[in-house]
Amino acid sequence: MNPFQFTRATTPKAAISAITKESGTYFLAGGTNLIDLMKREVIIPERLVDINKLPLATIEKTASGLRIGAMAKNSAVADHELVKKHFPLLSMALNAGASAQLRNMATVGGNLMQRTRCSYFYDTSMPCNKRGPVQAGPDKGKPNGPSGCGAIGGFNRMHAIFGSSSKCIAVHPSDMCIALAALDATVNVSGPKGDRRIPFSEFHRLPGELPQKDNTLLPGELILSVDLPTNRFADHSHYLKIRDRASYAFALVSVGVGLDMKGGMIQDVRLAMGGVAHKPWRLFEAEQFLKGKEATEVNFKQAAALAMKDAKGYGENDFKLTLAPNSIIDALKTATKTA
Amino acid sequence: MTKETKNPSIDRVDGRMKVTGGANYFADFELPSMAYCVLVGSEIARGTISSLDTKKAQGAPGVLGVFTHQNMPPIPGWDAPIGGQADGPPPKPKTEETYRILSSPKILFDGQPIAIVVADTYERATYAASLVKATYAKQASRTDLSKHVAEGIAPGGSGDYSRGKADAHQTAPITLEANYTIPIEVHNPMELHGILAHWTGPDKLMIYAKTQGVNATQNAMAQAFKLDPKNIHVHTEFMGGGFGMGLRTWPQETAVVAIARKIGRPLKLVMNRSQMFTLVGHRPYTVQTIRMGADQTGKLVSINHAATAETARYEDFTEATVNMTKFMYACPNVSTRYRIVRLDRSVPIWMRGPGEATGAFALESAMDEMAHKLNLDPIEFRLRNYTETDPEHNRPYSSKNLREAYEKGADAIGWNNRKPQPGSLREGNWLIGYGMSTGVFNAFRWEASARALLKADGSLTVQSAVTDIGPGTGTALTMIAHNVLGVPVEKIKVEYGDTSLPKAPSQGGSAIVSAVGSAVFDACTAIKQALIELAVKDGSSLAGRQADELTLANGILSVEKEPGKKLTVSELMQVNKLTVIDRTKESKAGPDHQKYSMYSFSVHFVQVRVNPLTGVVRVAKAVSVADSGRIISPKTAASQMIGGVAGGIGMALTEEAVIDHRFGRFVNNNFADYHVAVHADVPAIETIMIDKPDPIINPMGAKGMGEIALIGFAGAVANAVFNATGQRVRDLPITPDKVMQKLV
Repeated sequence: MNPFQFTRATTPKAAISAITKESGTYFLAGGTNLIDLMKREVIIPERLVDINKLPLATIEKTASGLRIGAMAKNSAVADHELVKKHFPLLSMALNAGASAQLRNMATVGGNLMQRTRCSYFYDTSMPCNKRGPVQAGPDKGKPNGPSGCGAIGGFNRMHAIFGSSSKCIAVHPSDMCIALAALDATVNVSGPKGDRRIPFSEFHRLPGELPQKDNTLLPGELILSVDLPTNRFADHSHYLKIRDRASYAFALVSVGVGLDMKGGMIQDVRLAMGGVAHKPWRLFEAEQFLKGKEATEVNFKQAAALAMKDAKGYGENDFKLTLAPNSIIDALKTATKTA
Repeated sequence: MTKETKNPSIDRVDGRMKVTGGANYFADFELPSMAYCVLVGSEIARGTISSLDTKKAQGAPGVLGVFTHQNMPPIPGWDAPIGGQADGPPPKPKTEETYRILSSPKILFDGQPIAIVVADTYERATYAASLVKATYAKQASRTDLSKHVAEGIAPGGSGDYSRGKADAHQTAPITLEANYTIPIEVHNPMELHGILAHWTGPDKLMIYAKTQGVNATQNAMAQAFKLDPKNIHVHTEFMGGGFGMGLRTWPQETAVVAIARKIGRPLKLVMNRSQMFTLVGHRPYTVQTIRMGADQTGKLVSINHAATAETARYEDFTEATVNMTKFMYACPNVSTRYRIVRLDRSVPIWMRGPGEATGAFALESAMDEMAHKLNLDPIEFRLRNYTETDPEHNRPYSSKNLREAYEKGADAIGWNNRKPQPGSLREGNWLIGYGMSTGVFNAFRWEASARALLKADGSLTVQSAVTDIGPGTGTALTMIAHNVLGVPVEKIKVEYGDTSLPKAPSQGGSAIVSAVGSAVFDACTAIKQALIELAVKDGSSLAGRQADELTLANGILSVEKEPGKKLTVSELMQVNKLTVIDRTKESKAGPDHQKYSMYSFSVHFVQVRVNPLTGVVRVAKAVSVADSGRIISPKTAASQMIGGVAGGIGMALTEEAVIDHRFGRFVNNNFADYHVAVHADVPAIETIMIDKPDPIINPMGAKGMGEIALIGFAGAVANAVFNATGQRVRDLPITPDKVMQKLV
């Protein structure tokens, strides 16, 4: 790990001004991902601004739903009574992620900001387009390791089947974000140019030609909180995570589902998938199809088939073309209690 | 008398120390003026270093030295032209390369150390190591065994085996041919590998190591530095898991010792997790083919078992992958063949259960496949081919209670619930399946020595150089001493893991209770004899009694026929003006051993739940039965079985070290991506001990169980998955993608 400066901010304003002042500066929240990246020299910061003292950890009811502070710990959110009662999908997704120790450290804002776990991104001797140039220090601006996408033609068992580009096929690793995508969250941010609200589906981005950029935050922006609108999905929510071991592993495929049911009929539904794309992947077409339909295996199969329309495998991850629709069906069965 | 009676369960004698931080592992030791080493690994698998820039590292704060092939101090014992291992014989046939750490710019495997950075703190050494920059002349590397199976060579020493007709399977009424693959698995103990080396004089060395054998490390270092072993003191009381990776002295350990001498300060090396994948061995990628023939009555006609495993280009590693096939079942025609392929890889080493676990997966999967073809229950098929004598050596087993093990395990798992037709049992979305498999491993009894000291206060100290790698060695030795001398367990202290103590073999091969236990038994028996001789001699209150009339328990000698007639050991010692009775014994197998085949056996049963949509497999229930002679310490024995099964679940379902063969480099060399089984993967495990003494092997009647706890387990899971789904997975690990069914 390289030497870096360490400062602590106590107000969002001070934090934003500290990060805007000099390039190569990073916010440090729970540190569960950034510290690893620093150890592996994937990110080489000049300066860290510790934001753990910011008063942003509140979880509170609002007129339209729930507001979760960016600095709320993952475990605190997962265990919160309002979350468990009204947004169980979020609680389930959080508890499916990482380990208890990590959830006690990791924050909501940090979870949104976590980088992909692609092996090639982490190994600076391997090709990767996502790392971009060295961010700080004497080598600033030089390429941080060879360019190209190592995962294309390489170990891509964990990689994307939707929305990838020739530059990058990495996936977003978060479980929490799958629930937030399904639950139509909004991200509240503040920056040098003021505050703004970002709809969750516009927060993360696809790799395209710029895989270095995971999200649409502008330079200097700080996540303040996440808003969840009230919904009627609490009784029929399920987060299904398929992984290579029962706990503490990233998703091969995950499915977040929330339904509003009346009798056997689906009034409304939200579906999102993890482990399949560079961003949390909403299944809009499948949702549209299921609305107003009966909760039957036949309908679930059709919805799953619709969801897979544009899927593309890269060899080792071809199995996801089967696992993903199967998982959608399995998750829908569980959530509708038709299993 | 240990052989005849079952032993009570006692707590792990060092358990409290281990959970309160009182047990010191090598890296816990701190020495004045100690400095730290960090290794820099190559980023290519084959080629030559063309430039190495160490200037920045040398100038970094706290750096005491940067050692590369250009300035590495010589290791005097490595001047002999041998095959890479300082303490090993030259390989046959000769390897094309020799690996001498930091002796040449040549790169033989990915992660090969290209520099060792020494600094005053670990953090500074780590930072400086990141400043070492190399460029390479890269050559195309070969790391994928599956592409080079045909290039297998017959290693020296282990020839092909054959009895009966080699081609018998071709004419058998029912035949089977199947290929099985085991990926690279890495031991990955919690404790990282390394060494702390301290030259206490110009030719005197103190080493705190992570080794499964202090005497082995002592000998390796003596050879490397051309020293008298007496001048080398090695200490490894505890190990945070070894699983085989500590069964040799690795080149980077020797290098640290050499650099410590050069720098003149004690040096500590603690490797990082990714280095654990390349520098301390692994279970080799192995492909196997089994051809099996049987007749309509369910009798085996033939088994042909071929295995090909990877090794390094600089050293031949071999293991007993195909051996179980030679003697496990009554089968007239058996042939085996074992080959290795030299790749641009670091050398493997035994990993728990070693080759036998790899081989058992293939053989016991094939047995299940054949049973299915024959429409026979898998246990019944094994019983129809049960053998009471070893068909490989044509001699009896010293003891074998496998029938009873099958029976007890079947009862415990609820084998009656199993349906022969795959996919017949369902609970909601989940399919249920049952599987079983047999395990077997040699019961060794190596030469070992131990010392016992009985003090007048009634306390007993037992000493042996053996290292405790976690199975409960101290507890077992305590129990053996207690059984001989009747000294209460809490008054017995076992000292181990140090070369100042009587010589012992390395902790490995499931041999320590048998080997070191026998030496402890003998040393304690010698003390008992001395006590009885004193007790019956003239002038003693028990004078005139026959030696065999006396019993010894809780520090009191008594005569059964004369109730009330008692003599305490402390009285006896005081009368004889003795403060201590001190006996050291060397112990080894007698000539009788040649007449028998000695093995420990196990049977593993599992119930799995499989989601056919998602391919998720859960081991819902596991029962493992050990037939390993008299159980010395029931609690730690059960614990050892449980640990083996947990490892077996990893082997079956999750563990695989993946190489990107374009680069010859691991892509999952960390604990997030290399999936060791976690708690959620491991259900409650029931262990059953047959607990019948082996009359031949040693005075306790005890055989080892470290390996059999794992051997066969992966096969039991694969067989259960087949029973649940009809899907036969022959390539480990059994991940969801290999099991899920196509629906959409």
